[in-house]
Amino acid sequence: MIRISGLSVSYGAVRALRDISFDVPTGQITTVIGANGAGKTTLLRTISGLAHPAAGSIDFDGTELVGMRTEEIARRGIGHVPEGRGVIEEFTVLENLRLGALHGRGKLAAGLETQFELFPALASRRRQHAGTLSGGERQMLAMARALIGEPSVLLLDEPSLGLAPLVTRDVMVTIRGLCVERGLTVVLVEQNAMSALQVADRAVVLHLGNVAADDRAEVVRADENLRHYYLGVAT
Amino acid sequence: MDAFLTSRNVSDILFGLVNGVVYGLVGLGLVLIWRATRVLNFALGAIATAGAYLGLGLLSFHVPFWWCFLLCIPAGMVLGGLTERLLVRPLYGKPEINPIVAMVGLLILIEAVVGSIWGTQNRSVLPPFSYVDFHLGANVVKLSPLALFQVSCAVVLALAIGALFRFTNLGLQLRASAVAPEVSRLLGVRVSRMLTLGWMLACGVAAVAAVIVSSGFISGLTPSGMEGPFAAGFIAAAVGGLESPSGALVGGISLGILEAFVTDYFNPNLVLPYSLLVLVVVLMVRPHGLFTRQVVRRV
Repeated sequence: MIRISGLSVSYGAVRALRDISFDVPTGQITTVIGANGAGKTTLLRTISGLAHPAAGSIDFDGTELVGMRTEEIARRGIGHVPEGRGVIEEFTVLENLRLGALHGRGKLAAGLETQFELFPALASRRRQHAGTLSGGERQMLAMARALIGEPSVLLLDEPSLGLAPLVTRDVMVTIRGLCVERGLTVVLVEQNAMSALQVADRAVVLHLGNVAADDRAEVVRADENLRHYYLGVAT
Repeated sequence: MDAFLTSRNVSDILFGLVNGVVYGLVGLGLVLIWRATRVLNFALGAIATAGAYLGLGLLSFHVPFWWCFLLCIPAGMVLGGLTERLLVRPLYGKPEINPIVAMVGLLILIEAVVGSIWGTQNRSVLPPFSYVDFHLGANVVKLSPLALFQVSCAVVLALAIGALFRFTNLGLQLRASAVAPEVSRLLGVRVSRMLTLGWMLACGVAAVAAVIVSSGFISGLTPSGMEGPFAAGFIAAAVGGLESPSGALVGGISLGILEAFVTDYFNPNLVLPYSLLVLVVVLMVRPHGLFTRQVVRRV
């Protein structure tokens, strides 16, 4: 479990997160939703060690992550698919996956087999440069690269960004499947609140760096006030 | 065949190869550092010189040549690593002029220190190879066992570096750290170590170039002796494309051969103007250099 307690992050005078606290249960999907500037991406970057908090703690199964280097956090089994996917365009699909497997727990050959089974479109493009892939294929590659290291936690930042609705649905189904079949813990940051709430077990609503709600996903989905005031979803 | 190998043009090519591989190696060192840290290391020649002096200084203690030669490489690597850690790292994220000024300062410092320890006279460190050119009957082929050794060193080193980057996990991490440091960290790569290692590799490569220069029978090496090869290596890297290791090597060898032809057919004083003319023309036609591959991106 990841326990976030009293976390505050600032960029100069701007306070991106203000003393937030919530738990991410093991083996479940916790979606973090909210409007632009709510602090969603900052939260994931802080868990990964890319952003440094002014105060607070992030406890991961008894280990304090605050103050730890990003690469050490990754080696402890926290995978992060950043906003914009972060595939290395100069590398081939295979090289991207090799890089993902280097410091993971599994073997490369077995990992490749599993990922190509999960994302068949990548198998035929393994020698192709990542820069030539479509948006959906890049998203698949970014997820496969994070998963090939067999993380216990996966942080996903806006996986539906720029994707067609059908592709978004496939991505969400894949995320749900990973959680159910492999017991993966997922923190899913999404602009597309309704599609995230449909696959998530829990939901944290961020508003201007504060936690506006922290509850089961179906409760948040059913709360018209939350949907109207914080998620911008018409009732 | 004999007539071909001993012809004037082939002689010029063979003669230009030795200088060319030196320029190529210096260019390769510059490219490795540029790709990893976006710093133009103007002190690369001086670091290489210091590495060569440190290793070859052992010769005066009657250490066998091959040990000295091999020790030059780690000496250059250590100096490169220390430069990155102590001088360059604090300047990451600062204005681009800062590391350039620091490197020019380091260049002056190293040349002064090396000169004060070993003196400023030429030092030729002859490897156990003859400098007399091969003969085909009565004709001379402009290639000696020494030149063959110098060219072979460069070729073996370039192939080793290429294989390291292309086929090994370490090379994959070095490349990833250079092009996508943040993503690499998210995948568990210790990027700061990789950047230091990149500098070490580049300075080790340049140290080999300095050893090749020092093994020249006539020229030898002086504390500022790598300034010329550095300038040519810089042109080679720019012609090949600052992002392309193979471009730097090809650029360096081409420049060396061009030098030989200009010296033979025209005037040695025209070598630099011709080199700069090539650079200007290449940059006008292909601003990113001849070998830099444009990343194709689907939008």
